[in-house]
Amino acid sequence: MELGGQIGTAGNFDANGKGDCFVSIELKQSEGIIFKLESKVKVFYGKSIEALCRSILSFFSVENALVVINDSGALPYVIAARLESAIKQVVSSNKDFLFDFLPDNLYKSNKDQFRFSRLYLPGNTPYMMLNAGIHKPNGIILDLEDAVAVSKKNEARYIVRNALRSQNFYGAERMVRINQGQFGLEDLTFIVPHNVHLILIPKCESRAEIDRVEEEIAKIKQKVNLIRDIFLMPIIETALGVENAYEIASASRNIVAMAIGLEDYTADLGVQRTNSGAESLYGRMRVVNACHAAKIQAIDSVFSDVGDMQALAENVKRSKSLGFQGMGCIHPRQISVIHENFAPNCDEIERAKKIVNAFYEAESMGLSVVSVGTKMVDPPVVKRQLKVLELAINLGILPKDWRSDYVG
Amino acid sequence: MEYYLKIGGVIMSVKLIKNAVGRMVPTQINGEEAIPFMGIGMFVPKNRKYNSKIPTNANYPADGNKKGKDLKDALVKAGLANGMRISTHHHFRNGDLLANKIFDIAHELGVKDLIWFPSASFPCHEHLIPYLEDGTISRIEGSMNGPLGKFCSEGKMKGIAILRSHGGRYQAIQDGEVHIDIAVIGAACADSFGNANGLAGNSASGLLGFALADSQFADKVIVATDNMIAFPCVPWQIQGNFVDFTVEMDQIGIPEEIVSGTTQITKSPDRLFIAELTAKFCEEAGIIKDGFSFQAGAGGTSLAISEFFGKIMKEKGIKARFARGGSNKYLVQMLEEGLVEYILDGQTFDLEGVRSMRENANHVWTSPFTSYNYHSKGNFAGMVDVAILGATEVDVNFNANVVTHSDGYLLHGIGGWQNCLFSKTVILPIPLFRNRIPVVRDEVTTICGPGELIDVIVTERGIAINPLRKDLLEKLKGSCLPIKSIEELKKEAEAICGVMDELVLSDEIVAAIKWVDGTIIDVVRKVL
Repeated sequence: MELGGQIGTAGNFDANGKGDCFVSIELKQSEGIIFKLESKVKVFYGKSIEALCRSILSFFSVENALVVINDSGALPYVIAARLESAIKQVVSSNKDFLFDFLPDNLYKSNKDQFRFSRLYLPGNTPYMMLNAGIHKPNGIILDLEDAVAVSKKNEARYIVRNALRSQNFYGAERMVRINQGQFGLEDLTFIVPHNVHLILIPKCESRAEIDRVEEEIAKIKQKVNLIRDIFLMPIIETALGVENAYEIASASRNIVAMAIGLEDYTADLGVQRTNSGAESLYGRMRVVNACHAAKIQAIDSVFSDVGDMQALAENVKRSKSLGFQGMGCIHPRQISVIHENFAPNCDEIERAKKIVNAFYEAESMGLSVVSVGTKMVDPPVVKRQLKVLELAINLGILPKDWRSDYVG
Repeated sequence: MEYYLKIGGVIMSVKLIKNAVGRMVPTQINGEEAIPFMGIGMFVPKNRKYNSKIPTNANYPADGNKKGKDLKDALVKAGLANGMRISTHHHFRNGDLLANKIFDIAHELGVKDLIWFPSASFPCHEHLIPYLEDGTISRIEGSMNGPLGKFCSEGKMKGIAILRSHGGRYQAIQDGEVHIDIAVIGAACADSFGNANGLAGNSASGLLGFALADSQFADKVIVATDNMIAFPCVPWQIQGNFVDFTVEMDQIGIPEEIVSGTTQITKSPDRLFIAELTAKFCEEAGIIKDGFSFQAGAGGTSLAISEFFGKIMKEKGIKARFARGGSNKYLVQMLEEGLVEYILDGQTFDLEGVRSMRENANHVWTSPFTSYNYHSKGNFAGMVDVAILGATEVDVNFNANVVTHSDGYLLHGIGGWQNCLFSKTVILPIPLFRNRIPVVRDEVTTICGPGELIDVIVTERGIAINPLRKDLLEKLKGSCLPIKSIEELKKEAEAICGVMDELVLSDEIVAAIKWVDGTIIDVVRKVL
C-alpha cells in the first residue's frame, strides 16, 4: 500500500560530501519512479546504483515515488541499507532485502577465541567498517548502542545487518552490541540470522536480562532454523552490575566473556575516571574474579585517549596483571599495543617453558610430582603455564615444537 | 592517423601517432612540433642548448640599483605585450599573491593571449579563471591543481595545457623548447641588484630552486620582494646578474599558506597501516642499510613512512647518507639527530625546513638542474636508493597516473614525480580504492610514468612487486608481508567496489603530458 506525500530518509551526507550516502523517498500517487542521483562516482556506478535501487523499490512494491540519493561512493550494501530503511518509514513491510552472504563471511568463532582486542565501530558509520578488518583486531563490534545517536538507531540496524552479510572483516570475531531493554531485544532480529558470533549486552545488572536475551535469540533461531551457538558478552557498567557479577557471568553457557565498562561505572559511582584506575579497582577485581569463577574471559574497558600509546601500554600491563584477558579499543592504532602487551613476554614464556618441560619429563618417568630445581610445582601452576605457552604458540611467538630444541 | 583537433573553437587537422606506451598522441601541439614518447632513454637530442641574448652593463644602472617603481612599471619596462610567455614559480604554494597580481596588471593594461608558465599552480590561482575566460591568458603551460585543472578538463581553455615535471621544465627551458619572455621571481629576501633568497622575511619559502632556469634563460627577469635589504643579499639563490628589474611590494605571499599543506603525519589508521607496511617492506628488502638514501614526499603518508624509517634506523643503529627533500620538520629532526647526514633539498615545506636550511650546512639547496634535469650530464635522481611517491591510479602493467582522476579530471600536478622514477627502487604506497574507485586498474586514465620504472605498489590489502624486479621478488620470498600480484590486488578492489563502467571522454585534447625528455607520453581529453 502506498500513500502520497510521506517522506522517509536515511543516511549520512554533509555539505562537504562526507559520509556515505543520504537517501530520501517520497511516495507519490502516480508518475512511476522518479530517480535522482548525485554521486561522486556517478560516471562509473550511476547505472548500477539506479538498477540496485529500482530492484529494491520493486521488491517492496513501491511503484510511484521520488527517490533522491546523494552518494559519496558508498558500497552497494550501504546504499541498499539506506534505501530499505527509508522505505520502511513510509511502507509497512515484513520483508527484508538481503544480499547473498559474502562467502568470506561464513566463518565460525569458538568459545576460547582470543579476545585481547575488540574494536568498536559505530553501527551507523559504514565507512569506518570498510578497512577495520585489515588492522586485525580479534573482534569487531558493530555498535548499535552508545555510538549511535538516538535518531539514527533504527537505520543503523539495516547497516549492521547488511555489513554482517557483505562487509569482509578478515577473520575478526563478528560482534554486535545491542541496545538496552526492549529496543535491544528488537535489535536481535537484525543480527541473529546473519552469522553474528557474539552479542554484547550493555549495562547488564541481573541474570534476568541475560535470560530475556537468550529467549529472544532462541525464538529467532527457531524461526530461521539456525542451530549454531551465539556467544554472549555482558558488559557490567553499574554498581549493581558489579555486585551481581558472578550471577551474570554464570547465567548461560553461551556467555564466553564479560566486560566492564568504566565510563558508565565511574559515572554511576559519581567519581572521575583516572589513568591509574584506583577508583574502579573494586569493580574491576570483582568482575575479574566473577569471570574466572565462571570460567569465562575477563575483558577490561576501553582506554579513551587514542593519542597516548604509552599510557595505553601501561594500562594494558596493569589490566593483564589484574587478571583481565582483553580490552576494548576505539581506534585501530590501539590494536597492536593491546596485542603486544597482553601477549606473554619473554620472561613469562621462559618460566612457562621451564615448568612445563619439567612437567612432561616427570610425566614420562611416571612421576606425578613436578619439581623445578629444588621447588615442587603444584598442578594448577602447571596448568597456568600450559595456558601461557598455548597462548604464545597461537600468537606465533613460540614454535609449536618448542621442546624439540629446548635445553632446560 | 589524421585527427581533427579543436583549439579555441578552431578545428585543426593534426596527425596522431601511437607512442611507445601505446597512447595516441599528436605530433603538433599549440602549433609547435611535438615528439611522441619513444621509450625510456630512446630520445637523444641533437641540438645545442638554447641561450638568451647577451646583455650589456651599459644598459643597467652602474650603481647596481635596479629597483623600479612597482610591479606594473617593471612589467611595462620589460615589454609586456600580447602573446608573451610569463613565468612564475610555486615556492609560495597556496599563499602566492604574485602570479595573481601579474595578471591583474596585464588585464588592466589590456594585454591579451599571454601564456602562463608556472612551475606549478595552486587553488589560490582560481583568481585567474576570469582572465582565461576573457582572453588575457590563452593557456597554462604547467602543472595545475584543483580549479584550474577542472577548468582545463572541461575544455574551457583556449590552448592546450602542457604539463612537465620539475626536471622536464628545466629541460624545456634549457633546450629552447620553451621561450620565456618575462620571468617574475618572488623572493622573501632580495637586494636592489636582484640577488635573492627565500630564507628570511614574512614570505620565507626556503628555496627558490624552481626559479633558477627562469632567471638564467628568460629574456627579462623581475625579482619582486616584500623584504628588500641592503646589498648584498646572501646567500644568493638567485643571482642579481641574471636580473633586469627589482620591485618592492607590500606583500608577495601569505605566510600561513606558504608553509601549510600536507606537512603533518597522517592520523588515518589506514594510511598509517600502509606507511608501516612500506617501511617493513624496505627493511625486509634490505633497502634500509647504512649509508642508504631516500626520498619521501611531504604528504601525510610519506611523512609517516619517514618516521617509521627513523624508528628502524634507530633500532639498527644505522644512518642514511642523504635524504632528498621536500624538507619539513620531521626530516630536519632526522638530520639533527644524526640519522641522516645530508638533506639535498628541492623545496622547503615548513618553517623548520627554512630554519634548518639557513643554519645547517648539511641542509643543501638543490635545483631541478642538479637533481632532475634529464638533458644534463647525469643527475641525483638515479642515485637515490628508494623513492616513495604517490599516484592517483596504477594499472596492471605498473603504469601510473598522478595528474588525472579516474573520471578524467585533471586535478593534480606532476611535480618531481617523473624525475624520481629514476631512483633505484620506486614504491607507490596507495590505498586500494578511494571513494569506491579502485586505484589499481586495467589501464590508467593518463600515463605519467611507464610501468618499467615503478617497482612496488603498497596497499592496505597487499604489496605487489613489479615482475621485472626479480631481485625484490627473490628477497621477499617467504616473507610474512602480504605479497600479492597486481592482478590479485585489482581483483580484490573490484570485489569490494564493483566493476566500473568504462569512462567515455571527448576526442578533444585539452592537455599534454610530457615525459622528462620533452616527448609526449600521453594526453588529457575533455571531460564530457
